[in-house]
Amino acid sequence: MADAPTEKPLPEPDEASQPFWDSAERGEFMLMKCSDCGAFRLPSRQHCDRCLSTEYTWERASGRGTVRTFGIMHQRYHPGFVPDLPYNVTIVELDEGPRLPTNLVGVSNAAIRVGMPVVVDWERHSDVTLPKFRPV
Amino acid sequence: MGHRLRGAAAITGLGMTPMGRIYGKSATELAADAVRAAIADAGLKKSDIDGLLINPGITGMTGGGIGLNLQNYLGMDEMRLVNHMNAAGSTAAQMIQYATMAIDAGMATHVVCVFADNPLKEGGSSGAAYGGAARNPSRPKGMAGLTAAAGYFGANTPYALAARRHMALYGTTQDQLGTIAVGQRQWATMNPLAQMREQITLEDYHASRWIIEPLHLLDCCLVSNGAVAVIVSPPDRAASMAQPAVYIHGMGQGHPGDHNAAGSDWETETGGRLAAKTAFGMAGIGPEDIDVCELYDCYTYTVLVTLEDYGFCKKGEGGPFVEDGKLGPGGSLPTNTGGGELSGYYMWGMTPISEAIIQARGQAGERQVAKHDLVLTTGNGGSLSYHAALVLSPYPGRS
Repeated sequence: MADAPTEKPLPEPDEASQPFWDSAERGEFMLMKCSDCGAFRLPSRQHCDRCLSTEYTWERASGRGTVRTFGIMHQRYHPGFVPDLPYNVTIVELDEGPRLPTNLVGVSNAAIRVGMPVVVDWERHSDVTLPKFRPV
Repeated sequence: MGHRLRGAAAITGLGMTPMGRIYGKSATELAADAVRAAIADAGLKKSDIDGLLINPGITGMTGGGIGLNLQNYLGMDEMRLVNHMNAAGSTAAQMIQYATMAIDAGMATHVVCVFADNPLKEGGSSGAAYGGAARNPSRPKGMAGLTAAAGYFGANTPYALAARRHMALYGTTQDQLGTIAVGQRQWATMNPLAQMREQITLEDYHASRWIIEPLHLLDCCLVSNGAVAVIVSPPDRAASMAQPAVYIHGMGQGHPGDHNAAGSDWETETGGRLAAKTAFGMAGIGPEDIDVCELYDCYTYTVLVTLEDYGFCKKGEGGPFVEDGKLGPGGSLPTNTGGGELSGYYMWGMTPISEAIIQARGQAGERQVAKHDLVLTTGNGGSLSYHAALVLSPYPGRS
């Protein structure tokens, strides 16, 4: 997947998320774990969204999850995605709890199902590595 | 003894501009037209107005939306209540709620609540205003950037995701969603203000292009230019004003929180559940007492899930519930009787509210529902994120 169209909008790592991208490059799926209540989260907030604690540790997650829901996009929104139309937009619920928007790879649109078990399949770009998923 | 806010205020004025592809006026000018019409409708003078609540539509985010300066533009002075509010599509119902509470508390007498928007540009597409991140040239920062990186754009995406999960969990079908679109179009054929007045069939629905599966074009709301203003007044005055008074019997809100939070079932259980509890509790009624529903319908699916959350049927049974056409003309639960946002006009939360007022007054002409003692109207915003409801009635809520 290294030759994905570069004009797609890629996330720009910020201070809070830098450790996530750094470990993604090494193929490790890292999550923040609240030191007070134990809830996992993506590095999207300075605090735990369950208990508001700001204490956390980075933990290596399984990289596994299930398809919570998905849609098949036909509408032209962004030129970078036009060659992919129709493409899947999928919400994966990680085994650790957090959810993230992503795309499934290695599966036809018609074969995607809610509840399907999936595993991370990293998509490498020059300065970010994106978590995509494929069926287990 | 009922709830102290049951019947604490009434809607006494309604002002609406033409809707849809109407050009040549700014959102502020459209808002002023609606306010002028509402004041005249209520038989009031501008000087009678002492409250103004303002809600912009999408142009409040993309530029050119109405702002606090509307007060000065309208030359309104000695105002006792003014605010600019935003809880997305739930704002319109919320403005009426805050107006009711202010009137009950003696903080204002006649409050104007106004929505205006003009995202449609001459020659432009209707979707252009709602694409959002797809037109942002800069790289999105941090984890939030995963959304655009997945090609997740526009309001269509989260609603498609929600509908898909409902279909997967409960077996809801495309035909069932289509039945909602067809029924509302049937209502729209009888509404002179509606943008889409040509009857459609279930075949037309299936033939309409995919936007994002499982949503066809005919699952999605319109985009409109226009404005709606509503006047809220004390109940004792409302009884002797120019129009039949529409009393507020119940009000409620529900806001379920972050979609990505562990345990959230935002796709299939909306803020409507909580709002229903509060609003029906205040009105002292249940869903079986409602004669007419005017439900926020940014998508067909929004109607289906809202009906479940208000207890018209059990969770998961919305599909079979709507499939016999009971929401359409002649059905047992007349819903979105002006065509709604799918076929009528898209004034965010003011779409269902305006039609609820027209029905409660008995002024809906050809599409008037004979029994309209209790009308439920709901507002929904964000991605099933913000929800507010009103129960309206032509009968006073206080004895």
